[in-house]
Amino acid sequence: MEKTWNNKAWFMVLPVLVLVAFSAVIPLMTVVNYSVQDTFGNNEFFWAGTDWYVEVLTSDRFWDALTRNLIFSAIILAIEIPLGIIIALNMPKKGLGVPVCLVLMALPLLIPWNVVGTIWQVFGRVDIGLLGHTLEALGINYNYVQNPMDAWVTLIVMDVWHWTSLVVLLCYAGLVSIPDAYYQAAKIDGASRWSVFRYIQLPKMKRVLLIAFLLRFMDSFMIYTEPFVVTGGGPGNSTTFLSIDLVKMAIGQFDLGPAAALSIIYFLIVLLLSWIFYTVMTTSDAQS
Amino acid sequence: MARIDLEHIRHAYGAKPKSENDYALKEVHHEWNDGGAYALLGPSGCGKTTLLNIISGLINPSEGRILFDGKDVTHLSTQDRNIAQVFQFPVIYDTMTVYDNLAFPLRNRRVPETEVDRRVKEIIEMIGLGGWAGKKAQGLTADQKQKISLGRGLVRSDVSAILFDEPLTVIDPEMKWVLRSQIKRLHKQFGFTMVYVTHDQTEALTFADKVVVMYDGQIVQIGTPAELFERPRHTFVGYFIGSPGMNVLPARIDGSTATIGGETIALNFRPEFKSGAKTELGIRPEFVSIGREGMPVAITKIEDIGRHKIVRARFADQPISIILDEDGDIPADPRIAFDQKAINIYADSWRVGGEA
Ligand SMILES: Nc1ncnc2c1ncn2[C@@H]1O[C@H](COP(=O)(O)OP(=O)(O)OP(=O)(O)O)[C@@H](O)[C@H]1O
Ligand SMILES: [Mg+2]
Repeated sequence: MEKTWNNKAWFMVLPVLVLVAFSAVIPLMTVVNYSVQDTFGNNEFFWAGTDWYVEVLTSDRFWDALTRNLIFSAIILAIEIPLGIIIALNMPKKGLGVPVCLVLMALPLLIPWNVVGTIWQVFGRVDIGLLGHTLEALGINYNYVQNPMDAWVTLIVMDVWHWTSLVVLLCYAGLVSIPDAYYQAAKIDGASRWSVFRYIQLPKMKRVLLIAFLLRFMDSFMIYTEPFVVTGGGPGNSTTFLSIDLVKMAIGQFDLGPAAALSIIYFLIVLLLSWIFYTVMTTSDAQS
Repeated sequence: MARIDLEHIRHAYGAKPKSENDYALKEVHHEWNDGGAYALLGPSGCGKTTLLNIISGLINPSEGRILFDGKDVTHLSTQDRNIAQVFQFPVIYDTMTVYDNLAFPLRNRRVPETEVDRRVKEIIEMIGLGGWAGKKAQGLTADQKQKISLGRGLVRSDVSAILFDEPLTVIDPEMKWVLRSQIKRLHKQFGFTMVYVTHDQTEALTFADKVVVMYDGQIVQIGTPAELFERPRHTFVGYFIGSPGMNVLPARIDGSTATIGGETIALNFRPEFKSGAKTELGIRPEFVSIGREGMPVAITKIEDIGRHKIVRARFADQPISIILDEDGDIPADPRIAFDQKAINIYADSWRVGGEA
């Protein structure tokens, strides 16, 4: 087929380009700009080269926060993906239960981020919070303000409560697209419950699971709200993730240079890891 | 291998059927003999798939019992009934190879691997996918997928029965014929009880010893192909079997004569039926002859379909079809006659017998 070339077509994509430029490219370039310069205020800038990058990459502070991030994301994925699959498998496929379940599942996703933090902060307080008080009454010594372990558990429970629904909804969409005949054939073939999952349901969910995995990875890796509202990065530095550290650095200490360098490094790590996951998961799909 | 008895089976998909029309299966009471080859023939929506699913246990009937060799299996699960079923639409396990797809039903039942290998190799040759054993099933064409579906139904050698739900619809005619004869061969070799659903009457008539015709949730006739052709029990069977179908003409019956319009036709028997019933005369196009003698008819169209001609005409203000030999002549003032032995009389759509 002959393709017509018409340069006017560029005008069609112009609005999107402008939008992306203002919302992403320009801020990013500004950050890049900061990351290679030093300033003492008064809008005076000095060329700093890669100094800030070296400073960030050689600091323990950076590596500690990065490690916390990696551990946090690993735990989140290890809980939310299997849990999401299990819940999706057990959701009703027809009848009145379907809309009820879907609404219940969507609820946490609809709550504004700062409210989520506050809800849990109050919920977990030992003096007035339902959870904190109940645990206290049960004789469990729970205090997320003093005990790092408790702080972590709180953050993980919050994230699981908040975001498992996303995995559930994605998996559920994959599951309902499976025609009844597959389940009937499996019965005829004498397949076990596990085989049905392994050979019918899992393959159908594969694509959506990849999306769920990537979304939950990126999102949990960039976690900010929950530690910011609930623990403020503490106790000590135990919940100071890269994002928290970044804000401390930029707003708290006004070290714009290192903060900008950290942002760029942070961005590249998310990008790189997502790309690796994506490549590994799609090629293993093609081979198997 | 088993005899299957269906005792007063009724089934409605809705929870609380109110009228007769809520039933997808109205009443099926029938036995399938051990080792029989049955074709289940009927129009779309008449309940063929429903009936198969009830036999295999995928659906529990609303009413009635199912017996395998005299043993009540109504509440047994599909697994415990040991039935193979091939579905209307191909079902394959995408992530498995062709080989593993075929081995799946055997491995699930812990058949020893040497036996699995032997059976799978045999079936894979039979369905003509010999070179594809190690291929992923995902990228196959629709008819290859259907063959795998079929193969999975045939791979087990110990089943009570094999149920086929229009297994060859997407397969090209040449291959269809090959596969059908393979299935017949397996039937002879192993003596499985087989039920074969189809829309296609030629397929039904060539496959089966007995053809079961369903209509509107009921079995209307069970018989050999010849019986269905010569003595359709219901006008529907008359229409449905044969091409073109039987001519069914409203007729008044008095003793052993039938009157259609102004024409009187002598019968060789005296039909018995409840008075007030709607009566019809059925005659197949094959048994209507055209000549200079008989009852007047107006020809509307002649279709030449090779081996013979189909003449469409109007007789006593009713459309009628006549089959004529390729070299048969139509005189200027055509008249028709019915072969007396081939006349069937219907009261309220059901065939009525009578004394000769
Ligand atoms: N799962 C279902 N829920 C409700 N009604 C159904 C269901 N399956 C079938 N029916 C209805 O039951 C009747 C019989 O359906 P069935 O599938 O047994 O017909 P069939 O003879 O197999 O038709 P086809 O030749 O189109 O496959 C139809 O009226 C259909 O609409
Ligand atoms: Mg059907």
